[in-house]
Amino acid sequence: MAEAPVKAPVAGTTVELDDIQGLVRFAYKHHTEAMFLLLRIRDPGAARAWFAHVAVTTARTLDPVPITALQVAVTSEGLRALGVRDGIIEAFSPEFVSGMAGDMSRSRRLGDQGANDPSRWLWGAANRMPHVAVLLYALPGRLGELQQSVEAQLQTGFELIQRLGTSDMGGIEHFGFVDGISQPELDWQRQRPARDATQAAYQTLSCLGEFLLGYPNEYGLYTTRPLVDPSGDSLAILPRAEDAPESSDLGRNGTYLVIRQLRQDVYMFWQALDRYAGGAASTREHLASAMVGRRLNGAPLVKAEAPSPASGPGAPQAALNDFNYLSDPLGTCCPLGAHIRRSNPRNADLPPGGAGIVSLLMRTLGFNAGARELDFVASTRFHRLLRRGREYGVAVTPAQVLAGQPVPGERGLQFICLGANIQRQFEFVQSAWIMNAKFDGMRDEADPLLGNRLPTAAGMSTDCFSLPQFNGPHERLTGLPQFVTVLGGAYFFLPGIRALRFLSGAHA
Amino acid sequence: MTPQSQFTVVAPVRAGREDALRKLLASMTSQPGVADPCNSLLPFGQFGQLHFARLVLLKDPTLGDIEAYGLPRPQWPVYLAFVGDCDGPARKCLAELAGRAAPGLCAIFEHCADFNGPLLPWMLAHDQPIAASYVNWEGRTVVQIREESALQQALAVKVNRTPVAYPADAQQRRRELIAYVLSEQAAGRLPLTLPPPTPLRWRLAQIANAIFVSLVGVIALPFFIVLLPFLVIQLRRLETTDPEICPPPDPAALLELQQIEDYDVTNQYTALGSVKPGWFRLGLLTLVLVAIQFASRHVFTRGYLARVQTIHFARWVFLDGKTRVMFTSNYDGGHQAYMDDFINKVAWGLNIVFSNGLGWPRTDWLITRGARRELPFKLYQRRHQLPTQVWYKAYPGLTLIDLTRNARIRQGLEQSRMSDGEALAWLRLL
Repeated sequence: MAEAPVKAPVAGTTVELDDIQGLVRFAYKHHTEAMFLLLRIRDPGAARAWFAHVAVTTARTLDPVPITALQVAVTSEGLRALGVRDGIIEAFSPEFVSGMAGDMSRSRRLGDQGANDPSRWLWGAANRMPHVAVLLYALPGRLGELQQSVEAQLQTGFELIQRLGTSDMGGIEHFGFVDGISQPELDWQRQRPARDATQAAYQTLSCLGEFLLGYPNEYGLYTTRPLVDPSGDSLAILPRAEDAPESSDLGRNGTYLVIRQLRQDVYMFWQALDRYAGGAASTREHLASAMVGRRLNGAPLVKAEAPSPASGPGAPQAALNDFNYLSDPLGTCCPLGAHIRRSNPRNADLPPGGAGIVSLLMRTLGFNAGARELDFVASTRFHRLLRRGREYGVAVTPAQVLAGQPVPGERGLQFICLGANIQRQFEFVQSAWIMNAKFDGMRDEADPLLGNRLPTAAGMSTDCFSLPQFNGPHERLTGLPQFVTVLGGAYFFLPGIRALRFLSGAHA
Repeated sequence: MTPQSQFTVVAPVRAGREDALRKLLASMTSQPGVADPCNSLLPFGQFGQLHFARLVLLKDPTLGDIEAYGLPRPQWPVYLAFVGDCDGPARKCLAELAGRAAPGLCAIFEHCADFNGPLLPWMLAHDQPIAASYVNWEGRTVVQIREESALQQALAVKVNRTPVAYPADAQQRRRELIAYVLSEQAAGRLPLTLPPPTPLRWRLAQIANAIFVSLVGVIALPFFIVLLPFLVIQLRRLETTDPEICPPPDPAALLELQQIEDYDVTNQYTALGSVKPGWFRLGLLTLVLVAIQFASRHVFTRGYLARVQTIHFARWVFLDGKTRVMFTSNYDGGHQAYMDDFINKVAWGLNIVFSNGLGWPRTDWLITRGARRELPFKLYQRRHQLPTQVWYKAYPGLTLIDLTRNARIRQGLEQSRMSDGEALAWLRLL
C-alpha cells in the first residue's frame, strides 16, 4: 500500500487528476505502440497484491511525456474473483454486472447475432471472459520491454487469455479513412453548471459526469455507483461522495470501459464498392465516402463552419469537426445513414427554430410540422462516446485490394470507448443508432460499415444503403455484405487510482 | 374514414390456474412474447381490423409500496387483460372475435374466476372503460396500411433511380408510375381501397364531446382559478412529502421483460401501478386523463403526441375502484430509446400524469424533475412494467414514419396535379 495516498479529500470543484487513469484524459497519441492484455485471475491473493502496487499512469500532464503508460480495468466477474463482496458489485450499473455477452436480449440489441454471436467470439464469453484488462502504451520502440516486465509481474496472479495487439496506422483506419476526429470534450474545469437545462445548440463540451463517475452528468445528476460505508474503508483510502458526503465513493474518478474487437474485411469492403461502382474509381471512392460520411482525408461531406484561425492548436481538427447536419436535412450531402451521422447525429435538445417563446412552445408541443421532421433523433449530448480505440493487423491499401494482391493476416479495430453510463452511451448508440434499420426515419438499413446484414424477425432486410439525391429517389445499394465482424468484447470498470487500491484490499 | 377504437377486457384469474394459463399463452407465440398470427387458439392475423392486441397477466409486484403511507397492502387478484386496438367499433371487433375464435377464447378465459359463457356478453361485461387513449393517426386502417405498404414496395422496385435532368422530368416519371399502378390495378393487383364515409354518429359524438368538454371547462375555470392557490399549496405539500420508491427491479423480472423485446421494429409496453392515496392525487389524475383524452381526440390525431412520433396506440385504464392504473402502449424502437426519448422530449408530460402514481421520482411544480431524473425514473418504469405474454402487431417491419410516408406516397399518386417541385419531393419518398 506504499503508494496509496492516505487522506480523505474534501469534495470540491477541483478535479483530482492524480486519481484518474490517464486514458480518460489522453488518447496516448505519442505512444504509438500499444498492447492490451486480457487476463483471468488465477490467485486472488497475488492478484490483489499486484493491484495494490502496480504503477498506473494518471491523468496529470507530465513533461516530458512518460515513456510508457499502464492502465488497469476490471470486469464484474473480475471483481468477484478478487473477492469483492456482492453488495458492492451489484451497486455498479446492471449492464456492467451482466456483461456485454450476458444475455441473448442484450446481444440482440447490440446486433451481436449471426457472425457476431458471442458463441463465436475469441474472448469475452463463457470461460473466455476476461477478469482484468491491462492496457500498455509505449513510445516508439519501447513496448517490448514494458510488456515483458508486466507479463512477468502478472504471472503468479493471473492467466493471460488473450493479447490484443495494435498497430500504428498514423490515425487512419483499415478501410482507409482518417479516424478518431469527433470526440466529446470534457469539462475538466467544471465550468458547466450542474443543473438540468435545455441545450439549444449542439456542442462538444460534455459535463465531466458523462465520462467520470462521482461528478454531475448532463442532467446535473450523479450516476449510480457503489458508495461504501466509510467504516468498511478502514484505511480511509476512498474519497467521499460529493452527493452523499457520509459515504465513501468507490466510483469517483473511475468510469466504464468498453472493448470490442472488430475484424474488418478490407478486401470485401473495396471489392464490393468496386462492384457497385462498376469499376469506376471516382464512384467507388464517392460511395465509400458516403458510407462513412467523410472523405478519405477526414473532411466531412457536410461543409464545416469556417475553421478558426489556423494558428491555434487544434485548428485543423476544428475544420474537420465543427459542423452539424442542420444544413442537410434530406441527407443529400451526407446520407442520413452514413456511419458518422448515425454515431453522432449532432443535434440539440430541440429541433431548430426561432428564439421566441412562441416558437419554443410550438416545438415543445410538437405543433411545428417542419420541426417534427427534424426531430426523429434528438439530444445527442446524452449519447456521446469517448473513443480510445486502436487499429490492429497489417494494413492493406485499396490499391492492393483492387489489384487482387493478398496481404496475409487479419486486421481490424480494437474498439474502446469510455463512459459513465454504458446503457445510455455505448448500448444506446450501438442499438438505437448504429444497428437500427429505422434510424432517423429510414426504411430498411443498418449501419453501412457495422451492420450485421441479418434480416429482422419479420423478414425485413437491413443490408441496404440509401444515398438521398435532390433530383430523384434515393440511390440504393442493396445486398451489402458484412464488412465488420465482432470477435470479442467486454464491459470493464476503469477505477480511479484510490478505488483500485481499495479493491486490492481484502476489506472490500 | 373509419375511426379506431379499443377494448380492454380484464378479469381475475382463477386461483391455482395461473401457471396453466401462462403455459397456454406461451403456446400462442412464435418468438418469446410475440404472437404467432396464425396460432390455433386466437389467429389474430385473420382479423383484418385488428392493429395491435395483447394478452397480459396483471400481477403487480409493487402492491406493497402503499405501506410507505402506513396503509395495508391491498389483496388484488392476478388479472388477465385482453387488450386490442381495432378499426371500427370495439364491440363489433369483439363480436367477430367471439364469432370466429370462440373455442380458443373460451379456452383462455376458462382460466378466469368468473367466466361463465356465453363469450361475447362476458367479454363486453368485462370491457373496462378507458380513462384516456391515444391513437397515432385517426382513420388509418389496417387495410390502408397494408395496401399502402404494398404500393410503396412496388413503386420502390419500379422507380427509375437515376437523377432527373430537368425538374419537369419528375412529372413524367410520376405519370409513368401512375400508369404502372393503374395497369397493375386493372390486373387486380395493388388495390387501394377508398376509405368508407365517416360514420355520422361518430362525427356527431366528436362534435358533442368537443363542445361538452370545452363547456364544462369554461364553467369550471372560475372555480378552478379561485381554488388555485389552495391546490398549489396542496400540490407542493405532497410533492415534498410523497415517498419516492425507485429501487431497482428484480434482475430476473427485468430479464424476463428484455427477453420479449426487440423482435420487431415496434415493441409493447404494459405497466401497472397504484394511485397515490388521497383525494387530491386521484382528482388530479382524473382531471389530467380527461385532458389527455380531449387532446388526443381533438388535437393530437395526426401522427404526433407532443414531440413523440413513435407511439401507435396507448391507453390508461383505471382498475380496482380507481386505486390502480394500467398503462399500455405500442411504440417504435427499442425500450432504451423509448425511455430516453421520453425523458428528453416529454418528461414534463410524463410527470403531469405519472407523478400521481405511487413512488414516482420527486417532481417540482408538477412538470420539472421527476422523469428528468434519469436513473430513478428508469428504475421506476421498469419495476412497474409487466411482461406481456402475447403481443400481436398487424404490420411487422413498419414504423409510424413508414406508415406516414407510405400514406404520402399514395396521396401523391392520387393527387390530380403537382408542381415540378412537388413531383420531385414525391419521387424522393420512394
